[in-house]
Amino acid sequence: MTFLQTVWLVVKKDLLVEFRSREILYTTAFFAVSCVLVFSFGFVQDGRAIDGAAAGILWIAVAFAGTLALGRTFERERQNETLRALLMAPCDRPAIYVAKLAGVLLLLTAVEAILVPLIALLFGAPLLAEPLMLIALLLAGTMGFAAVGTVFAAMLVRARSRDVLLPILLYPITVPVIIAGVRGTAALLQAEPDVAAARAWLSLLVFFDVVFITLALWTFEPLMTE
Amino acid sequence: MRAFPVLTLLAAAMFAYAPIMIANAPFESTMGLVQKIFYFHVPSWFAMFTGAFICGYASAVHLFKGSRNADHYALAGAEIAVVFGLLGLITGPLWARKAWGVWWEWDVKLTLALIVWLTFLAYLLLRRFGGPGSEKLAAGLGLFGAANIPFVYYSVNWWRTIHPKTTVVPTLGPGMRGAFWFCVAAFLLLTGLIMAARIRLERQRARVDDLYLSLED
Repeated sequence: MTFLQTVWLVVKKDLLVEFRSREILYTTAFFAVSCVLVFSFGFVQDGRAIDGAAAGILWIAVAFAGTLALGRTFERERQNETLRALLMAPCDRPAIYVAKLAGVLLLLTAVEAILVPLIALLFGAPLLAEPLMLIALLLAGTMGFAAVGTVFAAMLVRARSRDVLLPILLYPITVPVIIAGVRGTAALLQAEPDVAAARAWLSLLVFFDVVFITLALWTFEPLMTE
Repeated sequence: MRAFPVLTLLAAAMFAYAPIMIANAPFESTMGLVQKIFYFHVPSWFAMFTGAFICGYASAVHLFKGSRNADHYALAGAEIAVVFGLLGLITGPLWARKAWGVWWEWDVKLTLALIVWLTFLAYLLLRRFGGPGSEKLAAGLGLFGAANIPFVYYSVNWWRTIHPKTTVVPTLGPGMRGAFWFCVAAFLLLTGLIMAARIRLERQRARVDDLYLSLED
């Protein structure tokens, strides 16, 4: 079994299980939308959003929805003891990590596909002015968030208080992702989109992704074994 | 550690003498008396980052080599980071209120310090509430947290900065320099002593656990 074969099998399994009920997808998407609505009441004055609110709200909604999705994905594994079964399988442990990461990434990009038009609509923000840059920022940022989140969610599966501990652990570590994502998106939302600044933030995000995915691949096995 | 009592006396003496050195140091031109909190504020951060890096390194060793001793160092390091970080976070706003007029600013050093402090606070929460096996999980967090420090620094730095630049320390006047490095030495000595005491406590605790387990067999 090659690494990629393992990854593909686990991803296929996760997608199949998810498509049968679509539970995590629908609930996470709805949660993200509710988040945006709550923020609207917080940040809209006299019928207009305060400046820079749209970028912040997009990334906060992604962070909150992501935390929820991570928790739910691994809760499902825990309930059916399938994570232990996966870990007992004779395959590379990092392959399991990559497969889980891919699953979470797909889920979050589906949620973002709903969030971006919604925020553009509700906050009158020209989010689609530079679509390619925005997509790149969202992908790199979500990848960074999911990379760290998957390791933490997986390692917390056997811990007590796992639901509240995941955000406590995850948010300080993903602060650079949030800062870079929000500043990069805000740069694109200005009257004159500042593509150079967005590109600088994107490079920070990519660097973060590379370092932390490497670190995650390295530490996944010791963290998951007794 | 045989030298422990002697070093403790030395640390106590240094802290007793420190206020004298600080009082004799010259006033800073713009801030006057208020600036003198710097002699405890900056060494607190030195101590915090020392604790943070020890925790990060020891976490890596514990994770990859399974060394229990490294785990004791990691826990002690995290506790140092949280305690001295809290000191820094209290003295900082006290100084900022007088020097800048505000309690808090979203500037590089402050934000970085806050994030690192929160990371190691999370480490302690995980160890306390994570249930059995949380030492290893906390080691993962410690490693990721220490690796995150440069990223937080650069991301916040690109975002904004008003804090005095790092070039302050090398440009201190001779009267201030002496007091400053004396306080740094005092704080680092205290850090080392607290860590030694804490590690010894953890080792004893681990030994008691082992004895209980061997008794049950």
